[in-house]
Amino acid sequence: MKKTMLTLSLVIVTVTLTFSQGYKIGDKVADFKLKNIDGKMVSLADFKDAKGYVVIFTCNHCPYAIAYEDRIIALHNKYASKGYPVVAINPNDPAAQPQDSYEKMIERANEKKFPFVYLFDEGQKVYPVFGATRTPHVYLVNKKGKDMVVEYIGTIDDNYKEAKEVKETYLTNAIDALIAGKKLAVTETKAIGCSIKVKK
Amino acid sequence: MLTILKKTAIFFFIGIIVLSCSQKKDIKSEPKVPIVDFEGLQPILNLKNDTTYVVNFWATWCTPCVKEIPYLETINGEYSNKKVKVILINLDFPNHYETRLLPFIAEKKLKSKVIMLDDPNANSWINLVNPNWSGSIPATLIYNKKERRFFEKAFELDELKQIVDEMLLLNNN
Repeated sequence: MKKTMLTLSLVIVTVTLTFSQGYKIGDKVADFKLKNIDGKMVSLADFKDAKGYVVIFTCNHCPYAIAYEDRIIALHNKYASKGYPVVAINPNDPAAQPQDSYEKMIERANEKKFPFVYLFDEGQKVYPVFGATRTPHVYLVNKKGKDMVVEYIGTIDDNYKEAKEVKETYLTNAIDALIAGKKLAVTETKAIGCSIKVKK
Repeated sequence: MLTILKKTAIFFFIGIIVLSCSQKKDIKSEPKVPIVDFEGLQPILNLKNDTTYVVNFWATWCTPCVKEIPYLETINGEYSNKKVKVILINLDFPNHYETRLLPFIAEKKLKSKVIMLDDPNANSWINLVNPNWSGSIPATLIYNKKERRFFEKAFELDELKQIVDEMLLLNNN
């Protein structure tokens, strides 16, 4: 009995820890259902032909996110046909950041002609599961049989300021490695970003 | 004779030009708000003296950052006689130095030291500030020779005062 209790409490502790810290490399991703800018509800399972997903927590207001918009569009245009579509998610609460409302998301997506889905994390239920802390924040997910596994977490490349001066394309390197069936050279990177806005 | 005079005059002129140029350079290399890369910033994160440093990472467009700047200014003013120094590390894009950063400092009449960090390969330096920093701002490093603490969040004034008080106690014991 004591042993069971101990195991149970250990399990609870582990679960809470995992939950509060979000996904790590190798973790299985739980599917979600969020509203896209076209009004339809979208799940990862809806992408029938996908080999994986480039999940990017991003938003309208953040200058870092804006600096990466064109690069995210290019990334989707290059990799969606290869089985790795971009799934963009706005995690911010519009009550704390009015520029990131659902209506403004539609506006921005139309202005920039986003070729990818741009989902609204209404109620902020999904970003904590991933453990995203900033925008932009990338989770590269790969399908393995029935599972969806996190393979890379971090930034898109090593220069938010100037696309022309990028030397390390961390994210595309990781996707290319997945496509080639090779081991990923870099699985985690960091970048400065805007904190995810939560109403107090 | 004339040529010698001319030559002397030319030398004199060149001398003046060179001198004034080098003086200008000296002024330029010490602007009120310096722009540094991480290598230039790193010594400021590792000073070993009696002062407690509150190093805040922020940007003018970051709403929670802008909200807590008055609190940091309060600390810089109220604790100046207790050897506490606030340093505001700005992460605006460098092309906004003249158009946003300097006007912001003037408008808010900031007294704390401001430094612009221009080093876009953040993956190379975020862990050197603190390994637990995921990279979001605002973020604040508070340190002295006895203790280092890192916070990836926005402060309220009371909370910030409490932490600085704790850090001062640790430093003086």
